[in-house]
Amino acid sequence: MIKIEKRDLSSNNFAKGLYKLLSFLIGLAMSTVLLKLLSVDITQFFIELYQDSLGSKYAVSETLLKATPLIICSIGVSLAFKMKLWNIGSEGQLYMGALASTIVALYIETDSSFIMLSSMILASFLLGGLWSGFAAILKSKLNVNEIIVTLLMNYIAILLVDYLVYGPLKDPAGFNFPYTKQFPDVALLSTFFNTRLHYGVIIAVILLVIYYIIIEKSIWGYEIRVIGSNPNAAKYSGINIDINIFMVMFLSGGISALAGFSEVSGVIHRLQHSISPGYGYTAIIIAWLSNQNYLGILFSSIFMAILFIAGDTLQLNYQLPISLVNAFQGIILFMLLISDFFMNHKISIKWRKND
Amino acid sequence: MENILLKIDNITKKFGSFYANKDISFTVRKGEILTILGENGAGKSTLMNIITGFYRQDSGTITINGEKVLYKSPRDAMQYGIGMVHQHFMLVKNHTVFENLYVSLKEKKFLINKDIYKDIFGKIFQEFNLNIDMDAPLWKLSIGEQQWIEIVKLLINDCNLLILDEPTTLLTPQETVFLFNFLKKLQEKGKSIIFISHKIKEVMELSDRITILKKGEFVGTLNKNEFNEDTISTLMVGSTIKKRFDKKSHASDDILLELIDIFARNDKGLSDLVNFNLNLRKAEILGIAGISGNGQKALAEVLTGLKDPTSGSIILDKKDVTNGNTRQKYIHGIAHIPEDRKAMGIAPDLSVEENLILKNFKDKKFGRFILNKKNLHQYANNLIEKFNIQYGLKKAPVRLLSGGNIQKVIIARELSCEPTVLVALYPTRGLDVGSQEFIHETIMEHKAKGMSTIYISEDLDELLKISDRIAVIFRGKNMGYVDPENTDKFIIGKLMGGLTESD
Repeated sequence: MIKIEKRDLSSNNFAKGLYKLLSFLIGLAMSTVLLKLLSVDITQFFIELYQDSLGSKYAVSETLLKATPLIICSIGVSLAFKMKLWNIGSEGQLYMGALASTIVALYIETDSSFIMLSSMILASFLLGGLWSGFAAILKSKLNVNEIIVTLLMNYIAILLVDYLVYGPLKDPAGFNFPYTKQFPDVALLSTFFNTRLHYGVIIAVILLVIYYIIIEKSIWGYEIRVIGSNPNAAKYSGINIDINIFMVMFLSGGISALAGFSEVSGVIHRLQHSISPGYGYTAIIIAWLSNQNYLGILFSSIFMAILFIAGDTLQLNYQLPISLVNAFQGIILFMLLISDFFMNHKISIKWRKND
Repeated sequence: MENILLKIDNITKKFGSFYANKDISFTVRKGEILTILGENGAGKSTLMNIITGFYRQDSGTITINGEKVLYKSPRDAMQYGIGMVHQHFMLVKNHTVFENLYVSLKEKKFLINKDIYKDIFGKIFQEFNLNIDMDAPLWKLSIGEQQWIEIVKLLINDCNLLILDEPTTLLTPQETVFLFNFLKKLQEKGKSIIFISHKIKEVMELSDRITILKKGEFVGTLNKNEFNEDTISTLMVGSTIKKRFDKKSHASDDILLELIDIFARNDKGLSDLVNFNLNLRKAEILGIAGISGNGQKALAEVLTGLKDPTSGSIILDKKDVTNGNTRQKYIHGIAHIPEDRKAMGIAPDLSVEENLILKNFKDKKFGRFILNKKNLHQYANNLIEKFNIQYGLKKAPVRLLSGGNIQKVIIARELSCEPTVLVALYPTRGLDVGSQEFIHETIMEHKAKGMSTIYISEDLDELLKISDRIAVIFRGKNMGYVDPENTDKFIIGKLMGGLTESD
């Protein structure tokens, strides 16, 4: 007879880490099996992947470039997750951030890059915050599930941006391509060391520090954790839950929107169709993988960035579709979810005689 | 011995070193209503769970219709015709009455022929005058009607022995009358019924025989002509007298807190408190006795500000604090030991230290924006030592602690704010004797320092031991005060059952 019993490993960080690592490695192994089935030479592929992601100064800069929006979105998502608010709308908030930055960049005229960039940051933060804050108001006033609202609002955001770049905001001199005019120079983030890596990465690190202080050190973070752990106890100790739902959701969306700003201002230099290969969705996996821990967010984001580069490598060198990356992410997330079950349950097999 | 349906011999069940049932024997005859009576924790539920196959006894035998049985699963008990209506109904709220009945059938065919089954179910409804629309979703039914469905579920599965676990707790008086008629009709049809209760009055009206349990042991069985209130309550509460505290009364005659004509409703719109009056003196422990579900929870919530009374007023130190800006301050000065410690009292994923400041984390010594960890450690360590809280790893979540230690965390936190009033709701429920004693002593200690306590409990021994006065709550009303020095459990028991002292 197979017996499944509940258990609690939460005090054993070592065991927890081991389970996560193991499930992650199994996920990776399964992904290589998938590649093998597509007749990819695995050794050769990993050598190439190493060269493309970590093997040179340029490769590292490309990895960090892709990690930047992932870190920013993951911080936004993790903040909400800490309070057990499931913000699935990071992708849409990223798009709204990009849109707000674009409008500021194209329609405000100034010679000061400080004024330009800070108004772009402010605009994207506010629009992203309102975008997710809407879900918070629906949740606290009408008890509408935030998962559904934030998820559906992704599609609205993405299609809204599409409409604008195919229509009103389309660059008249752009040969009918779905993108806006290029940003003026003052609206661009400068780059480092002759690579594409830009100041967005600094923003990501600053946000990570702020996130660490809020969650681990601040009294507000304490309130967020109490609400996440037991809303009844929070109410009982005089914490206003509705206000906190709004604040956390607003901040979560605002931060995710900064990833949109960082992408259009630092990398693409204009708004166009499909600005994100799913950074906002990947951030959900990262928030889960990292247990919303600040260091976990950093390393998981870098790993996921490498996975995106693997997608590029597969596309360029093996003519395989980039959506394989989604498959890898899916496999790894599945393994993590399964490991969660094994962490919380003990399974023992007993051979019992009939009695 | 032809007419014996169920025979229980020497059933013993241990949980750890604790005897939930010890050497219990009794019989159920065909077509009789047998009541199992006992206080909370007397082992009634454990015994029923053994009879219905949810638990397995450590020793002893169950004989049904002369055949010794050993269940492998609860399904087996059903095969032998034994079924139970649990206190919390096992019904699917979003399904219709018909669907709920249908899923409970033991033998189901792959295709549903609704008409055949509707006929079968309908006949039972008619037979017992149950006026229910079979296509109505279950949530539209009242509690009483849902209970009928539970009983019908057993009937369509040919149960001969129906066990009802405290069926009247949630019912209105009218519903109770209907239920009793229903049960008597079942009895006429030859069904046997085990009726579990701790309400003496209703039990006397209904039962053919009464079996009394106390602290997991069999006390006695009384026949219809043998029982009256006195014999029952004597057997039920026994005559053991626990040591009482040396009650140097610190209570002055000054009234600190007063509830006047309080009404409160629960989520379903039913009245929880009806015209409730209470006064609390300075530095006294006021016990509130009563069978749970008679408004204790609402009382605690009104007192601690978690619930607004629909009318009436709360007076603290001669000032009205029911509404307005004095309310927040009043709520802040009141400490609360909630009924459900895990659901209300703690943030389970946070550490012991973090849970200890749940109530006063806004205090300046913990910082304005950044949490001052040094002061937190110091503050928490002080309480951990003082209340002797045992915990594993420093940062481990508090939910890993034992029940007694979780309760200590809550009490340490609540009392550290030096409250004027403590509202404690079943604070010792489910705790071992040592932890119980510790909680009593702690409350007595703070009483000596001038704190007033409202102590809500079902355990009369406990109330008699620590209270300066005892008020009895019944159906949301205060039935009156008694002095624990000049009273005994039987008088309180009568008040708890809705009778007056002179009845």
